[in-house]
Amino acid sequence: MGETMSSTAPAAGHGPGAEVGKRDFLKLVAASGAAVLGASLVWPFINSMEPSADVLALGSVEVDLAPIPVGQAITVLWRGKPMFIRHRTDKEIKEAQDVTLAQLIDPSFPALDSDRIKAKHDQWLVVIGICTHLGCIPLGNKPTDPRGEWGGWFCPCHGSQYDTSGRVRHGPAPLNLALAPYAFTTDTKIQIG
Amino acid sequence: MRAATLLTLLAGLALATPAVAADEIELPTQKWSFSGLFGTFDRASAQRGFQIYNQVCSNCHSMKLGYYRNLTGIGVPEDMIKVIAAEKMVPTIADDGTPAERPATPADHFRSPYPNEKAARAALNGALPPDLSVIEKARVGGSDYIADLLQGYGDPPPGMKIGDGLYYNKYFPGNQIAMPQPLQADAVTYSDGTKATLEQEAHDVATFLTYMANPELEQRKRLGVKVVLFLLAMCGVTYAVKRQVWSDVH
Amino acid sequence: MAGLHKSDIKNPVLNWIDTRLPVLTMVQKEYGVFPTPRNFNYFWNFGALAMVVLMIMIASGIFLAMHYTPEKTMAFDSVEAIMRDVNYGWLLRYGHANGASMFFIVVYIHIFRGLYYGSYKSPRELLWMLGVVILLVMMATAFMGYVLPWGQMSYWGATVITNLFSAFPLVGEWIVHLLWGGFSVDNPTLNRFFALHYLLPFVLVGVILFHVAALHVTGSNNPLGIEPKGPQDTLPFHPYYTMKDSFGICVFLVIYAAVVFFAPNLFGEPDNYIPANPLSTPAEIVPEWYFLPFYAILRSVPDKLGGVCLMFGSILVLFVLPWLDTSPVRSAKFRPIYQKLFWVLLLACVVLGVVGKHRPEGIWVVLGRVATAYYFLHFLVILPLLGKLERPLPLPESISRAVLGHGGGGPLPSGAAAAKPMEKA
Repeated sequence: MGETMSSTAPAAGHGPGAEVGKRDFLKLVAASGAAVLGASLVWPFINSMEPSADVLALGSVEVDLAPIPVGQAITVLWRGKPMFIRHRTDKEIKEAQDVTLAQLIDPSFPALDSDRIKAKHDQWLVVIGICTHLGCIPLGNKPTDPRGEWGGWFCPCHGSQYDTSGRVRHGPAPLNLALAPYAFTTDTKIQIG
Repeated sequence: MRAATLLTLLAGLALATPAVAADEIELPTQKWSFSGLFGTFDRASAQRGFQIYNQVCSNCHSMKLGYYRNLTGIGVPEDMIKVIAAEKMVPTIADDGTPAERPATPADHFRSPYPNEKAARAALNGALPPDLSVIEKARVGGSDYIADLLQGYGDPPPGMKIGDGLYYNKYFPGNQIAMPQPLQADAVTYSDGTKATLEQEAHDVATFLTYMANPELEQRKRLGVKVVLFLLAMCGVTYAVKRQVWSDVH
Repeated sequence: MAGLHKSDIKNPVLNWIDTRLPVLTMVQKEYGVFPTPRNFNYFWNFGALAMVVLMIMIASGIFLAMHYTPEKTMAFDSVEAIMRDVNYGWLLRYGHANGASMFFIVVYIHIFRGLYYGSYKSPRELLWMLGVVILLVMMATAFMGYVLPWGQMSYWGATVITNLFSAFPLVGEWIVHLLWGGFSVDNPTLNRFFALHYLLPFVLVGVILFHVAALHVTGSNNPLGIEPKGPQDTLPFHPYYTMKDSFGICVFLVIYAAVVFFAPNLFGEPDNYIPANPLSTPAEIVPEWYFLPFYAILRSVPDKLGGVCLMFGSILVLFVLPWLDTSPVRSAKFRPIYQKLFWVLLLACVVLGVVGKHRPEGIWVVLGRVATAYYFLHFLVILPLLGKLERPLPLPESISRAVLGHGGGGPLPSGAAAAKPMEKA
């Protein structure tokens, strides 16, 4: 606000020291009040840009797994992203579990198959179906789709290949397919998000 | 200056009243839990009102701007909302592309009884039941008007001719309404055991519809009290600073 | 290094900026030390208040625009989604809608202050005319803004007002179709009104910059209407008027908050919560309260073109006010007859507002015509004559004399020269 202009002699009152103290205190109260007012005015504007209630309500989706036969996969939209849900065969499960970290392009956690599935539900793999290279949607859900050498998914854009646990085994993708939070609400239903 | 204040006050009063018809209908008013500076929605009353909407009104009236999840605002637990929603079938598209139906979820809008305006009019002799999402704000008299309307049916005064397909209502502008009396005593059995007189039903429906039109009301008034009190304090502070700054001039 | 501004700022970083773009020196000069008459009353707060309201409207408007959809099947629902789903959306919407009403209240008081104290007189004619431009831009912005929620009043208000332009001979129909983008108010109308409603407030900011710049050339008027003669008549804007304005802003905010939080639909029409229906005309088509006086003038004249001309004329007449009023005295304080007629004018405007609210039948038609007649009589006949015929009260010698010394417009000590009203500072 700049310096205060004191034009004429200070008003009659209790001595200049106390006068200045009273003046400063009042100014401090006024300034801090103005600051609080300003901040509380700004907050609703910023908050209004955060996801609104209707967006948040669609932030989680329930999926019934019962109709998915063994060996098949479906794609479900969650928060605008494709989710691959695969009902893995015993062979696919074993192949996924047998892989060691040393064999992986991206060994960062979660890379072991046990970290990428829910305990007691290892036949279900739920991953975000977006190639970690440049964002295409890999093929492999339909029985007629190419699945690549490791039996998982094959990205047609630049040739990245993923295994039956959604981990990248052939580039140019640098990372494994991402995971999303989900939980089993019953043995045959999951809630994603 | 005094004349100015008086003039402006008069003008304000004259302008604040809505444009009135030559024959003004007097609306009886009642006490509402949500009026005043500290008003809140009577949860029990609003839930009873929803029960009536769900069982009676929703057969003809849509409320398509509301969501089932809005019921949390009147205290309905989330798992109960899931059940309530799932009882209604809402349109969707089947995998083969044909229109189909699926159970509603809390994230869905309230199910509309008719897919579009023409279907509603065809089913109801040309009348279109208005959507109820903001009806409380869309009518002069608001909550009082809704409650009065629901209780305003009866015999027309002697000599008044009621048109075909219309019914006499004391509070409807023009006195002839296309909606037959929707509620009577015991039209529903309240799940909380309250006696379902017509007066009670009307009050509860009006409370629920006021909530649906103003879901932000409680937050708004709570925040309002804090804001106005803070600003009044700031008025005091800034006035003191002003007086102090001007003390060497006056 | 020729051309760099020589800055007096102490801080080295700020000094670097200031020598290359003297904004800081400018703020110091225009809002820091600017000599302002010491005798302002609280009616001089309203210009600053109008600035504050404009800032609120622009901020709330931009954030509303993040969620609003300007398409006829989605507009109403998008506004309701703002009210229900967007965090603090209800606050943004109610703040913006009621802010418009507040804007007009503040600006109307600001204008009437100008009328009472003669702020439109030389050398402030251009300042005044820029103000009238501001009023016109505000009215256009508000009119288009009201259409955006696409309620019944939005649609039918737009239909009535755009139809008015067809009254103009030859080009009338073409103008209407240009505004509509079709054969009636419809989706193209809504879309272009949204684009223009977003644009005009920034045009407004530009006009206001000119308005304030013009003010800073002439300096402010004051309740006595006599020019400051020296530093004894003025005070630096900061801290005297920054603090007084801060207090005024707080008082304004209390009233604004009371409306937004506790009576947010006080100024509104219930019919606008009914989605627009081109096949169903509401029983009463009423514009927002701040347009009611103009609506009344429009309906006072039985002829369509006449009504349109008088309605626009009521604002255009304000443009030439500095030349219509012939009195050499500025402030109504020293013009006893003008002072009384000012209140009559204000009463006429209030009556016009009330008339605009009612259906044009019976007593309302008569009142509307009488008030319209007086309005134009006041500006076109009374003011030019009054300046010549009225005997003003003697003016005080100077502002500081009047404020500090020996009282206001009493007789001057012999030999002292009365302040000439139109003197430059």
